[in-house]
Amino acid sequence: MKLISILGCGAIYVFAFLSNAQDNLSKSIARGKELYKESCITCHLANGEGIKDTFPPLAKADFLLKYPEKSIHAIKFGMKGAIKVNNVAYNNAMPPSGFADDEIADVMNYIRNSFGNKNPQLITEKMVAAVKEK
Amino acid sequence: MLAILAVSGLLMSHCNIAPQSTAPTDKNLTSETIVAGLSMPWSMAFLPDGRFLVTERTGKLRIVKDGQLDPQEIAGIPKVYYRGQGGLLDVALHPNYKENGWIYISYSSPKKEGEVGDDNGANTALMRAKLNGHELTNIEHLYKASPNVKGGVHFGGKILFDKKGYVFLSLGERGQKENAQRLNKAQGKIVRLHEDGKIPTDNPFVKTKDALPEIWSYGHRNPQGLVMHPTTGTIWAHEHGPQGGDELNIVEKGKNYGWPLITYGIDYDNSIISDKTEAPGMEQPVIYWKPSIAPCGMTFVNNPKFKDWNGDLLVGSLKFQNLEHLVIKGNKVVKKEIVFDKIGRVRDVKQGPDGNIYVVVESTGAIVKISPKS
Repeated sequence: MKLISILGCGAIYVFAFLSNAQDNLSKSIARGKELYKESCITCHLANGEGIKDTFPPLAKADFLLKYPEKSIHAIKFGMKGAIKVNNVAYNNAMPPSGFADDEIADVMNYIRNSFGNKNPQLITEKMVAAVKEK
Repeated sequence: MLAILAVSGLLMSHCNIAPQSTAPTDKNLTSETIVAGLSMPWSMAFLPDGRFLVTERTGKLRIVKDGQLDPQEIAGIPKVYYRGQGGLLDVALHPNYKENGWIYISYSSPKKEGEVGDDNGANTALMRAKLNGHELTNIEHLYKASPNVKGGVHFGGKILFDKKGYVFLSLGERGQKENAQRLNKAQGKIVRLHEDGKIPTDNPFVKTKDALPEIWSYGHRNPQGLVMHPTTGTIWAHEHGPQGGDELNIVEKGKNYGWPLITYGIDYDNSIISDKTEAPGMEQPVIYWKPSIAPCGMTFVNNPKFKDWNGDLLVGSLKFQNLEHLVIKGNKVVKKEIVFDKIGRVRDVKQGPDGNIYVVVESTGAIVKISPKS
């Protein structure tokens, strides 16, 4: 009986923890969407598909999914030069966003969970703060 | 034949003009990077002693001397709202700079106590000051657009002097498109001031109830090219439109340029902003760009050394990282071509006192000089 109640409590705890995490992620995504509309949409477009050969896509983009730190670095400090996204070459420049670390985390959570992308792991303000300029 | 000419003339006047595929005229020109190492440069001005002033959007005003970037920044720039497209913006010298030493600077100004609008918001401001060594002195805050708005888009910010003692400043609509049509909001407007910031009593809406007296023209989205035709004195402005709706306009007193009631573009989320491209009482652009090029910076070429370009416009493109050469006949663009492809994200294009063309490139942090091949 004791065991059952421990297991039960554990299950409730885990469930609460997961649903809380889920809730944090969806709240972050909602805030990120607004920031995306403010600063990202003119180049990467509403569907995250960018403009072939000019602005790289975010939708199902191997770069974004494979290199989250590089993506955070790009939003935080800007990015320029040659990159390959989904086997298409791009050579353009993105200015730094001027967003605070918590806002960058929100934008990351939005773009990693939109346009057909799905990634339940929450990007946090702490993770963004840990990315230093290279 | 005449009919074809007439029809093509009509098409030219109302449609986007496709770039021509003939050999570009830049083949007789040479380009050279004269300074690098700038961080997000936005604009430049030529001091009479040969030095340049350059704004960095991050909030620094820099000096370039003999191709060298002075490591010491100029002190006295106020706190700027560095976010999205905001920050330290334009720098321009008074036409009589040699006599009075006035330097005009525009920037995204964070909300101060007592100002109206959103907390943590900002809007575009204009100041002037004099340069003493590495310091700005005699700082005068001439104008701030109202209200403050939260968000990092559409600050405009281009400064232009006419030859009659007035200064013009372009203002973006700060992402609130409806306010471009409201005469009680300094958003999506071009304003005209006296050089000391006072508002001229003959501005078009001085006597209009509830209208801001500084307004010269309205219905703009985000104008970031503002120049005067060297012979006719007309003002030409280009603006970032929605997708497929960037425009080149001739700006006249009191006129409405239509945003967002008429536009050739659609919104960035693909929604329809307006099904109308023209309407009575609203001005048509000289040309529009479809697709958008994200125009930034512009100059008339006024130098016979550039024999293929003299009298024409050069427009920078942030998006396609090139310059567009627009051949001008009267008030029309009769041809356009891409020149200096892949030069980088162009923020500013100026003709220098030496008659050469200078291009401020954001992505490479450089200034590139374009001159005729000798």
